[in-house]
Amino acid sequence: MKNLNRYGYFFIAPFWLVFLVFSIYPVALTFYYSFTNYTGSGTAEVVGLANYTRLLTDSFFVQAFVNTLKIWGINFALQMGLALILAAIFSDMRLKMKGQSFFRAIFYLPNLITVSSVALLFGILLDWQHGSLNVVLMNLGLISDPINWLNEPATAQISVSLILTWMWFGHSFIVIMAGISGISTDYFEAALIDGANRWQTLVSITLPLLKPILLYIMITSLIGGLQLFDLPMLITDGIGSPDGSLNTMVLYLYNQAFKYNNYGYASAVAYGLFIITVIFSAIVFRSMYSSERKQARQV
Amino acid sequence: MTVLAIVCFVPFLMMLVNATRSNEAILTGFTLVPGNALLENYQTMMDYVNVWTGFKNSLFISVLVTILTGYFSALTAYGFAFYTFKGKNFLFVFMLVMMMVPGQLGLIGFYELSKTLGILDTYIPLIVPAVASPFVVFFLRQYILTTLHPSLIEAARIDGASEFKIFHIVAIPIMMPAIATMSIFTFIGSWNNYIMPLVLIFSPEKYTLPVLMGFLKGSQVAQNLGSMYLGIAISVVPIMIAFLFLSKYIINSISAGAIKE
Repeated sequence: MKNLNRYGYFFIAPFWLVFLVFSIYPVALTFYYSFTNYTGSGTAEVVGLANYTRLLTDSFFVQAFVNTLKIWGINFALQMGLALILAAIFSDMRLKMKGQSFFRAIFYLPNLITVSSVALLFGILLDWQHGSLNVVLMNLGLISDPINWLNEPATAQISVSLILTWMWFGHSFIVIMAGISGISTDYFEAALIDGANRWQTLVSITLPLLKPILLYIMITSLIGGLQLFDLPMLITDGIGSPDGSLNTMVLYLYNQAFKYNNYGYASAVAYGLFIITVIFSAIVFRSMYSSERKQARQV
Repeated sequence: MTVLAIVCFVPFLMMLVNATRSNEAILTGFTLVPGNALLENYQTMMDYVNVWTGFKNSLFISVLVTILTGYFSALTAYGFAFYTFKGKNFLFVFMLVMMMVPGQLGLIGFYELSKTLGILDTYIPLIVPAVASPFVVFFLRQYILTTLHPSLIEAARIDGASEFKIFHIVAIPIMMPAIATMSIFTFIGSWNNYIMPLVLIFSPEKYTLPVLMGFLKGSQVAQNLGSMYLGIAISVVPIMIAFLFLSKYIINSISAGAIKE
């Protein structure tokens, strides 16, 4: 039997071959470039930590970081709020909502469409002069002059946040529902018998038991949010305007590398982004776990 | 609830209605009554950009990526699950750590590698890396450990089947539900991938749908709103129809992917 174990290597060999060449080597190469002044042609000259010191004082990168957090934060709060309200309604034993699969499908649909189509669609719906949204609002008499949604830093960021909410709340809703279906119905029945109202059921039973799922959604959403790229890129034609308010970290990385040929510096941006992601994920993990410990002591 | 469903749908509705109206009609106001400029819009759009080409390219890439990911991830997961060999644990943990690394981290290195290998502006760097998908391997390994009993493998060995035959005849059919679940993810992920083809593909006739949509915005078509809406509609409607039939499976796969903790 023992001699068969060498087959294990054969089974995993294709994976490792491709993984080494197309995943690990590029990550290592980017790491090397982050210490050089490579411009995409010629040779790369090692410049030490210069790219990283530049990164720390780069006001554009800091702005991109803050923008990314703002856009993600507004979107995440709205998205989770919506998803939780919907989940509470659908899982309520007293309401016995019908048509769950129909609504799940409708809510999820926006998430399935290619982001570039979504960006294009909202780009023209929100257009200042001809956009249907302004036309509708003006016909209804809600506004007298067209609003230039994508040309004011504040409305531009909120618009992008809302589009992201529109795209993602259905996904979160489905994941939360999956988590709720994993909770034993005994808990809900007991709460019903004890006369707990909807709010109490949600706060004392559903949310605590959903903690692993909520952590999962938060981490994946945060990692995805920090990598926000497609939507701002397409809506602003890659510029990140107005006033750089839609410039995200990955858009900055993309422009530094493939627009300005600063491959060395863009590599440092990539690693900066990576470090930020790790730090934020660690913070989310810690805060979730420490609150669990506190609860344990109370009991 | 219904309001929310309507809000979800309104942008699509506006798109569909506006796709059938002429530029002038869209500029003067919005109605829910379809116009009669559909053919005209189609002509205008096709004069500049052939959305169907992007569709075909995206489909080609996504199908190949899905097949490669499914087959090779199953192979790797099986190797990790049913053989003991030196360095197995190290390789597995290393793979899990690499799973956490965001895609952008290697983007520049990946571009340079493709340049060195001379595979820029081809589909190779978009398709071949699908062979190594750590998350799918991880998911399939967990699945096969609980569903495939080692005695089945031993029975097949006693019957004289070779190791690879056992994998193909015994393991793959048992893994099929999990592979199907992951395939839906893989397909959607590949279909929606924007940054990789944007960086790697230069020839317009090779553009994938997401890149082509971006290209549409900067082109002459953007002046004709009706054609723009139609272009977007063409990129969206087939997905909506496919989703109509597959929504149950897609939603189940999201649920299955989420509860892994």
